[in-house]
Amino acid sequence: MQHGTISYWRAKLTSGEISPTELVQELARITEVKNPAINAYISWDTDAALAAAATADVTLPLGGIPIAIKDNICLKGEPTRCASHMLHNFVSPYDATAVTKLRNFGAIPFGRANMDEFAMGSAGKNSAYGVTHNPAAPGHVPGGSSSGSAAAVAAGMAIAALGSDTGGSIRQPASHCGIVGMKPTYGRISRYGLVAFASSLDQIGPLTHNVEDAALLLNCMCGHDAKDSTSSPHPTEDFTAKIGQSIAGVRIGLPKEYLSSGNAPEVTAAINAAVSKLTELGAEIVEISLPHSEAVVSAYYIIACAEASSNLSRFDGIRYGYRAENTNGLDDLYSRSRAEGFGPEVKRRIILGTYVLSSGFYDAYYAKAQKVRALVAQDFADAFNKVDFILGPVAPTAAPLMDDKNMTPLQIYLADIYTIPANLAGLPGISIPTPQNGGLPVGIQLLGKHFAEADLVRIASALEQAFA
Amino acid sequence: MNAPQIDVAYIAKLAKIELSPEETERFSEDLNRILGYIAQLGEWNTDGVEPMYHPLPAFDAVRADIPGCSLSNEAALSNAPAEEDGQFRVPKVVESAH
Repeated sequence: MQHGTISYWRAKLTSGEISPTELVQELARITEVKNPAINAYISWDTDAALAAAATADVTLPLGGIPIAIKDNICLKGEPTRCASHMLHNFVSPYDATAVTKLRNFGAIPFGRANMDEFAMGSAGKNSAYGVTHNPAAPGHVPGGSSSGSAAAVAAGMAIAALGSDTGGSIRQPASHCGIVGMKPTYGRISRYGLVAFASSLDQIGPLTHNVEDAALLLNCMCGHDAKDSTSSPHPTEDFTAKIGQSIAGVRIGLPKEYLSSGNAPEVTAAINAAVSKLTELGAEIVEISLPHSEAVVSAYYIIACAEASSNLSRFDGIRYGYRAENTNGLDDLYSRSRAEGFGPEVKRRIILGTYVLSSGFYDAYYAKAQKVRALVAQDFADAFNKVDFILGPVAPTAAPLMDDKNMTPLQIYLADIYTIPANLAGLPGISIPTPQNGGLPVGIQLLGKHFAEADLVRIASALEQAFA
Repeated sequence: MNAPQIDVAYIAKLAKIELSPEETERFSEDLNRILGYIAQLGEWNTDGVEPMYHPLPAFDAVRADIPGCSLSNEAALSNAPAEEDGQFRVPKVVESAH
């Protein structure tokens, strides 16, 4: 069943060529064979998926389609561990709203996708359940933090997957694994049941084999939710509606700050290939400037870590999660539960976040970062007065080697420079693969205005077709 | 903005995370390097700029005040490390008077 899209499997399901039960059984069989080497799933519950398949209504838009779910998105009755020892024994008492909606449209959750612990990381190496390997580039990392979601789709262990994107965690692993990843506009999809990392940046989104599948999943997940006050009341629409429409005359901005000499040759080649195809399709490429691009990494890590230090204070060993044993009083219980439950990158970011919010430093760091964030958002508002979309790299390089241990945390953070801006400004972004030509997978990124997903899908799909 | 040296042991206390001496040393090195980079933010002129705490313009986010269902007591306690009589069991917080 390698690499079939949602449309491919939907045709087989509705014609009766395959039943939902047979599809789940096939997926489970492939997962048994492939997962030991890839480690895309921390666990999978074939019995629960088969029970859902037995009553699946194939007339629904996603009827009978199994979807992999990142381990930080709650799935009722199943573990939600955030790939952390802290939540090793946690079983979700409810479904995330995105999952409820997928179920209502007939989808079958299958598999808890591995990830960087609490979504903190960009290589899939920070998991308490072992690293995830890149099926599209053996010996290289799959990217992160939605490492398992991307690897499962790329390996044919999932038809599609849900991930979460706080600073690039959907788009970057999609790029490294040669698949499509989309971060919708902030507020498009309810965050209820998504374990919070940085609440003003987090957004759920799809990782898929093609652009149409991403749009199909958006169709089933978007909309306001009373359980998430930051979910947007903006009307939802059919995000597949503009696929196939001409992109002639569309103005696409290429920020000069994104054409850094620090980009690897394969990344420059991917951008050039996209420019060439978009031009052939009649789009107009316009050089633009995003003057605050150099400030985004600093602003992002201050804001994300500050929000994380607050959000992750709930993991205190009292109501759920890991509790240390033989502790001496309440403070000792808190400090040792958190010491033993969290991994090193999570501790590092909580400490950085606590520091930037601490007395005497708040204005210099946190308030300053939020002002720079406003300037970054203004850069995009100015750019979107001149162009309809923005084209850029996803990451400065293709997937790094798995055993590259020389990177400091700062060097790792700096590689997020092209994905972070969409989260700071709340914009939708999509990563689509470029032709590999025997090399490593490299994606390119398209960014749109707030709530312009349907048009973003139109451009991305046209480019995908041109690359095919 | 000069990047002051971070006192990791003190900040870890505020964050309620017990660190080993090795972790304290490693995080001090990592975080001082990160803060050294972050200090460049001070070079950007933000005079008169309003901080942006939310990525979208604010909208009325208050739901109708209608009582609804919430988790049952049993479900809420289902992940508790320790429970007793339908409540979370915690260590003694108030010390007895000496």
